[in-house]
Amino acid sequence: MSNKEVFEEAWSGFNGRLWKDEVNTREFIQDNYTEYTGDESFLAEPTEATNKLWGRLQQLQKEERAKGGVLDMETEVVSGLIAYGPGYIDESMKDLEKVVGLQTDKPLKRAFMPYGGIRMAEQACTTYGYQPSEKLHEIFTKYHKTHNQAVFDVYTPEMKLARHSKVVTGLPDTYGRGRIVGDYRRVALYGIDFLVAEKEKDFANCGGGEMTDDVIKLREEIAEQIRALKGMKEMAAVYGYDISNPARNAHEAVQWLYFGYLAAIKTQNGAAMSVGRISTFLDIYIERDLLEGRITEAEAQELIDHLVMKFRMVKFARIPSYNELFSGDPVWATLEVAGMGMDGRSMVTKNDYRFLHTLENMGPSPEPNLTVLYTVSLPTNFRRYASKISINTSSIQYENDDVMRPIWGDDYSICCCVSATQTGKEMQFFGARANLAKCLTYAINGGIDEKNHMQVGPKYQPITSEYLDYDEVMEKYNDMMEWLAGLYVNTLNAIQYMHDKYYYEAAEMALIDTDVRRTFATGIAGFSHVVDSLSAIKYAKVKTIRDENGLVVDYEVEGDFPRYGNDDDRADDIAVWLLKEFLNKVKKHHTYRNSEPTTSILTITSNVVYGKATGSLPDGRKAGEPLSPGANPAYGAEKNGLLASLNSVAKLPYEYALDGISNTQTINPSALGNDFEERNFKLVSVLDGYFNQGAHHLNVNVFGTDKLIDAMEHPEKEEYANFTIRVSGYAVKFIDLTREQQLDVIARTCHDHL
Amino acid sequence: MKGKIHSIESFGAADGPGIRFVIFFHGCPFRCQFCHNPDTWGSMKYEEKRADELLNQALRYKTYWGSDGGITVSGGEPLMQIDFLLELFKKAKAKGVGTCIDTSGACFTNQGEYFEKFKELMNYTDLLLVDIKEINDTRHQVITGQSNKNVLKMLEYLKTIGKDVWIRHVLVPERSDYDEDLEQLDAYIQSLGDIVKRVQVLPYHTMGRYKWQELHLDYPLEGIDPPTKERVDHANEVLHTSDYRGYMK
Repeated sequence: MSNKEVFEEAWSGFNGRLWKDEVNTREFIQDNYTEYTGDESFLAEPTEATNKLWGRLQQLQKEERAKGGVLDMETEVVSGLIAYGPGYIDESMKDLEKVVGLQTDKPLKRAFMPYGGIRMAEQACTTYGYQPSEKLHEIFTKYHKTHNQAVFDVYTPEMKLARHSKVVTGLPDTYGRGRIVGDYRRVALYGIDFLVAEKEKDFANCGGGEMTDDVIKLREEIAEQIRALKGMKEMAAVYGYDISNPARNAHEAVQWLYFGYLAAIKTQNGAAMSVGRISTFLDIYIERDLLEGRITEAEAQELIDHLVMKFRMVKFARIPSYNELFSGDPVWATLEVAGMGMDGRSMVTKNDYRFLHTLENMGPSPEPNLTVLYTVSLPTNFRRYASKISINTSSIQYENDDVMRPIWGDDYSICCCVSATQTGKEMQFFGARANLAKCLTYAINGGIDEKNHMQVGPKYQPITSEYLDYDEVMEKYNDMMEWLAGLYVNTLNAIQYMHDKYYYEAAEMALIDTDVRRTFATGIAGFSHVVDSLSAIKYAKVKTIRDENGLVVDYEVEGDFPRYGNDDDRADDIAVWLLKEFLNKVKKHHTYRNSEPTTSILTITSNVVYGKATGSLPDGRKAGEPLSPGANPAYGAEKNGLLASLNSVAKLPYEYALDGISNTQTINPSALGNDFEERNFKLVSVLDGYFNQGAHHLNVNVFGTDKLIDAMEHPEKEEYANFTIRVSGYAVKFIDLTREQQLDVIARTCHDHL
Repeated sequence: MKGKIHSIESFGAADGPGIRFVIFFHGCPFRCQFCHNPDTWGSMKYEEKRADELLNQALRYKTYWGSDGGITVSGGEPLMQIDFLLELFKKAKAKGVGTCIDTSGACFTNQGEYFEKFKELMNYTDLLLVDIKEINDTRHQVITGQSNKNVLKMLEYLKTIGKDVWIRHVLVPERSDYDEDLEQLDAYIQSLGDIVKRVQVLPYHTMGRYKWQELHLDYPLEGIDPPTKERVDHANEVLHTSDYRGYMK
């Protein structure tokens, strides 16, 4: 068969022209998808093969938990595209697997990934009782530098101190930055050879012989990308597949796409390794096969179930301090459904139902991080189905397509918890967060850290009065935030530079346009506490309590004050000010590779660790207590119920937090309505009302605190094995959280008005 | 005019059709043993608010209401502040807001000035959620400290004007869960005809108990557990709750 015939066969029945001449997955999707407005009645039950494989996998997950969280680890061979032989869920059932490919040669076995930092890779092994290879230790300390070492080579003393004191925190200098979503669909649509040819054209056009720093860097990167693409072919060959050419049917499309993703998770251990917006794309292949009678609905569902099973198996070797930040072993295999096209058509397809249906066929699960790109314009049937899945599984999150589409178009993916990224056109420099609550204590104490008593920030005049004066605090806070923003951005510049240099994401970048848009994602921790503290200082009287050195270590609030989370503009206006002010300060600084600075209000479960490092605050939060997660109001602040809280969060302008505004809410089922039908209807109304106001994100949990308490006390009960909850930014199996974090989740307001 | 308002709840999902902004009024003539808001009874904390103020606050949640939602006044007993309620509902209706009263009918009378006001209020009221604590008056008095004749009189009146109601019965073991009473209640509800759009059995729960403790009040239902699922199902069956589908639009 000639090359032309190969493509004609693979693309037969597909409409459109542009995407055939050059890589343009978005155009392909728009030209070919079939919108679905019906209900879920077409969905199929799991096949016998699915039940068998999932049964086996659940057994493995149980063994993993029994072994302290890690089933097996590689200690001798460095991970890579073809580092390990083929692996299957169960060797004896491998013919049942419709989608194949594991990170290592065994299920749930964690690969050895030293490029981010050899010490961390080794510590991950020893934590779980494995002995890492001495030879590799020698190689990565003597002969090959890692990202972690490189960053610490260049950090200034001030950066190290700020990092140590956790006023900048959770930085990706001890773990991979992640958050880069390759357009894995390209592997299916074009096959590797086409993609290599395109990259070779880019390489030929890069620089025109002028060897400036930028050109040298880019040429080296393209060369790495081409090598990675060729490596993907070898990787697929290990499993008996040739992915040189485009996928010819749904089965191949799913498999090819998964190989693209597998290449990413074999070569990178970033905090977030998202899958992206693949649902509508894959539906096109499934629809074609269904139409031609090549597969049945049961077989289509089986393909999606098996693909999702693979996403449920992604594992990385992590160190204890990482697990404290990101509890419960998340990988953010984030995957989107729904959303609208620029032409006004909903992008909901049957496949969006199939992906959500995996939570029914195989039970609730934290991964993949299923995300509904929501708008009131989506078909009512679909909104009801998504809400039904939320009520039954508490496993999905919602993000507002109406605010993201104007900025990112109609083919963006979510690259972590809540952050949008244009698929195949953009990459992100993830940069964790600045602790703005701690920054406030620095402003009050003249740059001295309230915990370790070191001069971390600049030695500005501290506040010496007994009672805090709003104007004085605001002036000092402004100065201190100015310092923090600058230090933070520059710390991140160092991290991103070194990550590019020593831990470049060649496989993911190979599936992204060479001419890439880069965003520089900063973040805010302690948001609601700063807002409430400033409000307390403004509307009540805040008395300082000093230690023997005159350092303010605690506060007493006299009188009442408005709190963020009650739809009270007096507090909420401070929240809007804080967000804008921080981003404006970040924007003043040069950002690596001229990336576009953004920010997020998002903390993951790290709100607990950040809280530990943060002293008492003027809002009444005591030293060491967890910060409230993401953009959530402080615990106990919400006095007017769920919608008042949602309205407060909805006021934060997304344009100033393009990296996302994370909000997590738990609703008691009895507070949502008396029967299922009513609950479903009311949850849809809540989502409609919230997102109609331009709010960005919502994690929805539907359960009562009684269930959480019982699960914490009796994790052994069968019913809790897969009990999944949404926490700030992702979903997690509740019993996999540390007890401290479980208590934190329970302590948060559960909206259970009766 | 100002109303004495105990608190508000922005997300009422069980207080009428759709999502409701619930305004809890201060004060109640009943002293129900199972009350989960005893802090609305006496001269405790409340805020004085103008109708406009409350309505503006409520309208911030219009985006969640869809075509069904709106405001619900609850309590306490909202009909104790009928003048204020009338003003509030007039203004609400002027803005096209759905109105609903959650009441025990305790202060209803079909005479005099109050009745005239009540009649007018009904012109601005879409729906009433009416609690019948007990159909047996002796037991009603044990539970609430008052007779049930006012609530029954109110329902008779609502029947004559064809005003939609939801009937609710809080099921408390040893207090309001007697077969013969439930049967009598069922017959009574049926006699009201098609103004009854929904009948709900609300199983007693102990979540309000802490408030009694905070108020240093003896909890009269100490030792009484919530009803079993069997008894709840039984009450639903006797009251034919699933037959009343008028609330589903």
